[in-house]
Amino acid sequence: MKAWEDTMKKTMYEKIWDSHLVAEVAGQAPLLYVDRHLMHEVTSPQAFEGLRLAKRKVRNPHSILATMDHCVPTKDRDLPIADPIAKKQIETMAQNCEENGLNLYDMKNPNNGVIHIVVPEHGFVHPGMVVVCGDSHTATHGAFGALAFGIGTSEVEHVMATQTLPQQKSKNMLIQIDGELSKYASAKDIALAITGKIGTAGGNGHVIEYAGSAITKLSMEGRMTLCNMAIEAGARAGLVAPDEKTYSYLKGREFTPSGASWDQALAYWKSLPSDDGAAYDTIITLDAAEIEPQVTWGTSPEQVTGISNIIPAPEDFDDEIKQQACANALDYMGLTAHTKITDIPVDLIFIGSCTNGRIEDFRIAAEVTKGTKIADKVTAIAVPGSYHVKKQAEDEGLDKIFIDAGWEWREPGCSMCLAMNGDELTIGQRSASTSNRNFEGRQGKGGRTHLVSPAMAAAAATAGHFVDIRKL
Amino acid sequence: MQAYKKHESIAALMNRSNVDTDQIIPKQFLKKVERTGFGPHLFHDWRFNDDGSDNAEFELNKPAFKGAQILVAGDNFGCGSSREHAPWAIADYGFNTIISSSYADIFYNNCFKNSILPIVATKKQLASLMSEVAANEGGKFIVDLENQTLTTPAGNGFKFDVDPVRKDNLLKGLDDIGLTMQHTDLIDQYEKKHKQNYPWLWA
Repeated sequence: MKAWEDTMKKTMYEKIWDSHLVAEVAGQAPLLYVDRHLMHEVTSPQAFEGLRLAKRKVRNPHSILATMDHCVPTKDRDLPIADPIAKKQIETMAQNCEENGLNLYDMKNPNNGVIHIVVPEHGFVHPGMVVVCGDSHTATHGAFGALAFGIGTSEVEHVMATQTLPQQKSKNMLIQIDGELSKYASAKDIALAITGKIGTAGGNGHVIEYAGSAITKLSMEGRMTLCNMAIEAGARAGLVAPDEKTYSYLKGREFTPSGASWDQALAYWKSLPSDDGAAYDTIITLDAAEIEPQVTWGTSPEQVTGISNIIPAPEDFDDEIKQQACANALDYMGLTAHTKITDIPVDLIFIGSCTNGRIEDFRIAAEVTKGTKIADKVTAIAVPGSYHVKKQAEDEGLDKIFIDAGWEWREPGCSMCLAMNGDELTIGQRSASTSNRNFEGRQGKGGRTHLVSPAMAAAAATAGHFVDIRKL
Repeated sequence: MQAYKKHESIAALMNRSNVDTDQIIPKQFLKKVERTGFGPHLFHDWRFNDDGSDNAEFELNKPAFKGAQILVAGDNFGCGSSREHAPWAIADYGFNTIISSSYADIFYNNCFKNSILPIVATKKQLASLMSEVAANEGGKFIVDLENQTLTTPAGNGFKFDVDPVRKDNLLKGLDDIGLTMQHTDLIDQYEKKHKQNYPWLWA
């Protein structure tokens, strides 16, 4: 093959980039067109204010879908919101959407839920789109083969006004994972294992494409969990090539094309996967069979290990910065080096979030929970990602399994993932959480977070400490 | 946006890596609907004791670092969420320059929208700078964006790289949206083509 032919081969990222390039004007960053703009109440109010002050209008209101998720209470939803600042943020969102004619699933709407759960449920994102949101977990939608990434509030305003964003092109990273996952190892464990391997800065400047037999075997829900945490590995976006699973997930949903339009869209979607022989700047490989259920032990998602391991000591790291980070983390987490992971006790269990708040997550957690009781002194809360997830779980009787075991079954929202809505850890409390970040104070000041999969969280609820679910 | 040209200031040292946006501005302060007033909450959980008093052990509370406009910090600064409240808090506190060996992508972008210059140093340059600040707390650094230079009393300064477009916008204090809107005709043309190529998105 001639060299010039090689240069014609494109990655999926490059195909989407090229097809969305509006202009490359000298002296300015390339301008990228945005197909879908997702919104929630926390990162948008200042953007609307900016538009108003500059007397600018929303260019394409139909490109926007908005929800309320970060601040909303997950119980007593009929009562007024107790926190006056949160209440104002919720009201401001409703007013901004009303004034600009935007589609909003407010707190009482049966379609309400966490933005990254709701959007796929309605088929609002398709393969090949450019999707943005003032939220770093926008990466979730890469599961559909869409280029989806988080932006700041100034950029939210920019997209509303112009339907474009000045962007620098990212590098291409391929994460190739082949082999068979062991029973109870999940997409969450893959995501955590990747972050452990490459670090939270490992993907900086890159868009990650996940490929290999272990990825194609994942359900759409699993692919969403995986792409969701691309940001935890430093990448702004993750991508999985669309395939039959993608198309059958999308078919028949509210914003999915139908009839002749479906055929047209499908032909386009099928052209998106990376060309054979396309070049990547960085390639990482993992063997799925070697990925154990993961548990984070520190205050960064890269401080993670398998359930059969022990907590490391600072001297187990070669790098001086990592040694210090380990010492700081053990101090904050109240843990002793070389303790077995299975000996760490837990106080609170949280299943939910845009990472693990989908029906599949509650199904596996219910399977582990069925017929058990939560351990003494453990609090366990299940927070469905949306009203649709909640209803489906209830139709399948999953809520009963959790309630019978002593869990709280809540209304949808971001809840304890970032603890803005009043659901939070107290000082020194330790959680097993299916969310995405274990930063200091993330789930409440002084709270100690261990990130795990839904099955691992459910098993910890029953035992009162982490357990190797493969041995149950 | 305020223009950024040249600043002379003492530098504060934060010798930690992976400083995340949850630390920069904890979530309990994200409920405001304004862009202003986040400075008093910068690094809240590290900065204050439980009774609200200053935590004397927190580096930015050192008297020698009061009034610093330059923050020297460890690798992968600003990782985590996309919240622009993080740079808003940093700018509102009084910093206009950050020096680190790397930044999380979204945070890096957000800085330029808020007249903050995030300088990327090599690991070696950063280590020398950190040693210098530690040995001479209160020494004045000069950041000159036009010439892309950092000057320090002990000579650990260097010439830094910055994207020419971003540099120009910072120097002139240009509003990105205004710049893009000069090309509305190009966006219109693109959108016309987009409607032909992907009609199902416009049905």
